Amino acid sequence: MSTPTQERTTGPRMDHELDHLRGVVPSPVRPAPPHLSLMVLGGAVLATLLLHLALGRSLVLSVVIGYLLYVVGVNVAYRLTAGARVATDHTMRALIYGAFVLAIIPLISLLWTVVENGGATALNPDFLQQTMNGVTGVHDKAYVEDGAPMVGGAYHAIIGTLIITGIAALISIPVGLFTAIYLVEYGGLNRLSRAIRFLVDVMTGIPSIVAGLFAFALFGVLFGVGTKNGVAGAVALSVLMIPTVVRNSEEMLRIVPNELREAALALGVPKWRTIAKVVLPTAASGLASGITLAIARVIGETAPLLVAVGFTRVLNVNPADGPMNNLALYAYYMFTRPLNPGYRDPSIERAWAAAVLLVICVIALNLLARLIAKFFAPKTGS
Amino acid sequence: MSETITRAPRRSGPARRVGDVVFSGTSRASASLILFILAAVAIFLIANAIPAFRADPADITGGEGFFSYVWPLVAGTVIASIIAMVVATPIAVGIALFVSHYASRRIGQTIGFVVDLLAAVPSVVFGMWGMQVFAPKLVPFFGWLEDNLGFLPFFADGSATGRTLLTAALVLAVMILPIITSVSREVFVQTPRLHEEAALALGATKWEMIRTAVIPFGTPGVIGGTMLGLGRALGETMAVAIILSPGPFTWNLIGTGNKTIPSEIALNFPEAAGLRLSELIAAGLVLFALTLAVNLIARWIVDRRSEFSGAN
Repeated sequence: MSTPTQERTTGPRMDHELDHLRGVVPSPVRPAPPHLSLMVLGGAVLATLLLHLALGRSLVLSVVIGYLLYVVGVNVAYRLTAGARVATDHTMRALIYGAFVLAIIPLISLLWTVVENGGATALNPDFLQQTMNGVTGVHDKAYVEDGAPMVGGAYHAIIGTLIITGIAALISIPVGLFTAIYLVEYGGLNRLSRAIRFLVDVMTGIPSIVAGLFAFALFGVLFGVGTKNGVAGAVALSVLMIPTVVRNSEEMLRIVPNELREAALALGVPKWRTIAKVVLPTAASGLASGITLAIARVIGETAPLLVAVGFTRVLNVNPADGPMNNLALYAYYMFTRPLNPGYRDPSIERAWAAAVLLVICVIALNLLARLIAKFFAPKTGS
Repeated sequence: MSETITRAPRRSGPARRVGDVVFSGTSRASASLILFILAAVAIFLIANAIPAFRADPADITGGEGFFSYVWPLVAGTVIASIIAMVVATPIAVGIALFVSHYASRRIGQTIGFVVDLLAAVPSVVFGMWGMQVFAPKLVPFFGWLEDNLGFLPFFADGSATGRTLLTAALVLAVMILPIITSVSREVFVQTPRLHEEAALALGATKWEMIRTAVIPFGTPGVIGGTMLGLGRALGETMAVAIILSPGPFTWNLIGTGNKTIPSEIALNFPEAAGLRLSELIAAGLVLFALTLAVNLIARWIVDRRSEFSGAN
């Protein structure tokens, strides 16, 4: 650790500093013809189409080949007209745009699949109002073979999601917020706050299933081995949610200008009132949007609930008593263990419908966070 | 006498009001609660895992003790996560550069929002998509790998369903893409404007500017983000549990086989009882230790690199 700092003052260090500049050979750059890359793009598209028609292989393969042709083509074209440096520049540009498109494809495919498979069922009022109580494989067989209406829905799972996430939020928001207040307003750089910052980092990395195992073990000790209920699930989600709330809130409290605190304190306002009446209202929009994002992060968690809450087909609104259901868990069980293995389709449809509801929740919460941050941001006085 | 001594500093210091005491007490208690929670996580996991460590090796699943039971799981977890990291990092850096230096501000913000959204899509949805849509699409690709690279042990025997470790790893790559992207984007955006303009003023092309100013500045952040993504991939449960059709450990990445720790727990926990339960909790403890190690290494790298990146 100490050697690099010593090297900094000596000669060889300078070479090291410039290491990353090696390879930039100052060679002349000639102007390239206008729209050269567009021409290459056109050529590559044309070649891809011809190739696709001629060989008739899969479209994906043709597009991949076309893209590679484009990258090579751009490199060669610019190398011949403008020089090597511009060629590298344009090649990297093509690769970076390619990376972007490559990442967008799965997202579009995912959203499309979710909407296509579950959209219709999710909008069905029956699905939103019924539980799976008493629904068996017989109903699914009737649905497929005789065109009987789809029976059974996710009402119990929706209620379960709301209850469990709600309790988790009730635990995590105060704890997270007060921890952030401690870190920013009281702790400063003392030992406890440094330790807590470190531990919050560690906590962020806890795998979700480990949080579930923890809640299961904790409730096993407190209420007897094998206790699975909604509160245990909420505790597991809190372990995942608290660090997010602390992180987001700390950031927001930190950007509150110190002048505001000093002005309040100078007027003789007690510290706690300064925090409650000056610091928190100033940061309110940021805090609210950070908390919303934290909720969005845990609302779709499956693994901890699988371990700590269990699974049921009936409506259970008492989080302290017995297993509950949850949208993500509902989707998982419907997808992997269809009610009627011979007639999987209705169960898979229900799973996708639950996925639609989850994705809608997540998108809505994300948008809400954006809107809160945008419209309730403190006015910057001129 | 002691009264006067205790009173004197009170009078000179700021007045202690009840509100102050309550407020600072509450925030201190919340902060300490975090210490307590983490300690509790470790203690409860260890306490519940001990029976699996002490049990007669013959009673453990597989019949050869806990270590033989857990190492294939660890191997599967690590292989899948590393593949995911290797695939996702270059793409994520590409997107981050696209957002920070190629796209216009407006488009960049929209993409940033979309990337955040991708991060929030529940993993069970990724799993369902991976099994139903992505895995079948990969089958011809696996066939190609088997035909052309079949002499490598990794591509010995292609699966007909596509539900293999490589599929799971690629879905994991999609899932950790957003986290690496958003961390990288954040550091790329913070590159000092003067460095960039200096590079451009010296006649550097855009890529040369990025290579000489942006990337050296952002490297610690990118490494940190990558390790965060690795940690996420190691602990990812539902997607792997749905996609992978589990089996004993094999080097063959494109055939049936392999398990990961989280998927093993998720698939077996609901029916487990007694010693099996503590076996699974012990596996969870191993996973916890693994992710903890990765996160600590990530922190160490970021701290060490930022010391002499010069730009900070």
